[in-house]
Amino acid sequence: MTSPNANGATPKMETRGLTIRYGAKVAVKSVSMSLPERQVTALIGPSGCGKSTFLRALNRMNELIPGAGSDGEILLDGRSIYESHLDAVELRRRVGMVFQKSNPFPKSIFENVAYGLKVGGMTDRKAVAERVEGSLRGAALWDEVKDRMSESALALSGGQQQRLCIARALAVEPEVVLMDEPASALDPIATAKIEDLIHELKLRYTIVIVTHNMQQAARVSDQTAFFYMGDLIEIGSTEQIFTNPKEERTEDYVTGKFG
Amino acid sequence: MPTTHTDKAYERELTELRDRLLEMGGLVETAIASSVRAVIERDAELAERVKIGDREINRMEVDIDGACRRILALRQPAASDLRFITTALKIVTDLERMGDLAVNVAERATEMAHTPAQPATLSPMHDLANLADLSEAQLKRALDAFVTRDVDKAEQVLHGDELLDALYLKIFNALLAIMMEDSRNIRRATSLMFAAKHLERFGDHATNLAEMVVYMVRGTDIRHPRSRTPGDADAEH
Repeated sequence: MTSPNANGATPKMETRGLTIRYGAKVAVKSVSMSLPERQVTALIGPSGCGKSTFLRALNRMNELIPGAGSDGEILLDGRSIYESHLDAVELRRRVGMVFQKSNPFPKSIFENVAYGLKVGGMTDRKAVAERVEGSLRGAALWDEVKDRMSESALALSGGQQQRLCIARALAVEPEVVLMDEPASALDPIATAKIEDLIHELKLRYTIVIVTHNMQQAARVSDQTAFFYMGDLIEIGSTEQIFTNPKEERTEDYVTGKFG
Repeated sequence: MPTTHTDKAYERELTELRDRLLEMGGLVETAIASSVRAVIERDAELAERVKIGDREINRMEVDIDGACRRILALRQPAASDLRFITTALKIVTDLERMGDLAVNVAERATEMAHTPAQPATLSPMHDLANLADLSEAQLKRALDAFVTRDVDKAEQVLHGDELLDALYLKIFNALLAIMMEDSRNIRRATSLMFAAKHLERFGDHATNLAEMVVYMVRGTDIRHPRSRTPGDADAEH
């Protein structure tokens, strides 16, 4: 049995009956969903609908919140992420995350990207430098920072900081990249750069993006999932969701008829 | 629609657009009815009024096109709203063409008002009046289906076109017989033949409208079923 999936591609990750609680409050209700490999899945829905909670569950970030608990299964390459072969640190290396607010360390640009590698035990300086360059190129930031690698990351613009955080996530060679509102604090040009980057990244990574900007979901994603009050209301190809949704609640949301 | 848009200004823009389309449709209905009456009653003045009235229909086409473009650019409509706007953009073109066809019929009326009446053409004239009523009813029903988002009604329009085609063929054959009978009938009969053809085309545009209504409501494109390669057709139920 496989979970709903817009186009029948191989699932990189899958949830089955995933329920997430914060204490007595049920934030996500028995959601079964499949995230196709090397595709972008957008999660949309009003605030408090459970989309960010669902996203964070995919690399066990919810566990850091006191009182959080879950039922159901989360699979990565067909195996439960809770199996003993995979500790949380290794899971988070394979399933990386980029947050809404760019959060560079108060260190140099180089150190920011190299950080995860050093924590992971990579010591060969040449290998680290190569990986840093590759990641910055992957995040479409290399040309802008290659001559100022030792400058503080905090001196970068907001859009550059966000791409730096993407480079930092890419440095540890993840397979899945989770993005929580990655462009909501950026101007339209920086946003366009991030969206362009997402198109590049999906050639190598499976991407899940939470966004309040529906046009952004429409532009960058292959499949779109609509959440409402903890339920997965509808999932389908992005084109279908935005031109001909099947569910009335999806229709109301994408046409702006809520509340 | 069960719910309305949170943004009231957007809701108003969509409602206004729909009302403008209906208003334009109303003008086209009047135009076709008047043009055929001008033919039957040999009323050159009425024919002239139809030709002048078409300018307003043309202006509305430009206006409505502009309104659609504005909404597309500023509102980024999605789902049923998107289908409504793309439908509006298409049916406005059909309505404008229907207005032109009414003008074409009016031009025949002008010609015929200046040629002497002949009793031989009376019988096809009666059928022409019926054809006009049918065409107008088709437009009315298509516009109704558009406003009420009624697929059944749109499908009635699609089926109704067969009747129009049959009546056109009947008129065509009758006029052909009249022409063969007496060559003095040819000028007048030819004018009537053209008028009938214009009405039949008018009906075809009404079916275009109805097809777009089905698309707007269901999101399924039902046009040109025979032109589709197998497997290309929408996998809709």
